[in-house]
Amino acid sequence: MPHDHHDHVSPSSHPYRADDDTPLSYWQTMEIAVRELLVEKDITTAEEINTQIDAMDARSPAIGAALVARAWCDPEFKTHLLADASAASREMGFDIGPMHLIALENTADTHNIVVCTLCSCYPRNLLGLPPDWYKSRAYRSRTVKEPRKVLSEFGVNLPNNMPIRVHDSTADMRYFVIPMRPEGTEDLSQDALAALVTRDSMIGTGIATAPTA
Amino acid sequence: MGTPALVNDPFAVGTSVRIRPLMPPGHVRAPTYLRGKTGTIERAIAPFKNPEQLAYGLPAKEHMLYRVRFRAGDVWDKDAENPDDMIEAEIYAHWIEKMDQSHAA
Repeated sequence: MPHDHHDHVSPSSHPYRADDDTPLSYWQTMEIAVRELLVEKDITTAEEINTQIDAMDARSPAIGAALVARAWCDPEFKTHLLADASAASREMGFDIGPMHLIALENTADTHNIVVCTLCSCYPRNLLGLPPDWYKSRAYRSRTVKEPRKVLSEFGVNLPNNMPIRVHDSTADMRYFVIPMRPEGTEDLSQDALAALVTRDSMIGTGIATAPTA
Repeated sequence: MGTPALVNDPFAVGTSVRIRPLMPPGHVRAPTYLRGKTGTIERAIAPFKNPEQLAYGLPAKEHMLYRVRFRAGDVWDKDAENPDDMIEAEIYAHWIEKMDQSHAA
């Protein structure tokens, strides 16, 4: 499922994207109208809007990976992160805005996976923009019903006796997973550990990468 | 998040609860697939303004927000991949009722 779009690939293996020469939808028109009004009334400026877009584009899973790597190395920090992930993130100097964050720990006994069935809530301030599949109807509807099948399509095969906790992000909280620390990483620095923490491992659709020997 | 003591907090962690089986129109955050299902309170989060009012620009009342844990077997019955898997979701207090209140399961 993660890579369902094999059709219509150009010779340079670039997917074709249809020209968006269809009429604007109601909500697209509404967004433009509201944005232009806010600018005309000097409530915000085009520069401010662009700065915010740039700030959102600049966020990446590296922020979450730094939190996870520190939690792997620092048990006290991990306790803090699990108790109040928003405060722990701010303490590390990350500007997560007003986001209410919950950290979920993967262990040998439990695998956590995050989904938003109602829309596509995602901890953007921590992981950057969500991948397209996270917003797809297939991922959103199937993950709460057949998480094991979904996980196996991501290459994660869990023994049937290992319980899965599916977290449906239905309201005000945002979630990220602290994946299990890979074996053989005892001697790695926190930075080297952070490089093993993939975006998917923090959504719960993947596991942290094993270190290269 | 801080102190979740602002609003009535009748649901202690571990309390057996049912999500109200209502089907109101409009912007609602209690997912349909969990309505009428039974679970247990996983944690109380904090009071939040009711999105069902916020969505329409109405003055919004604060409701306690809980995380409720459901067994996959209780949600999907025989269709569950593994009945002991868990689904957890955030549910506002006004969607939650105690199991012993009115309904047998």
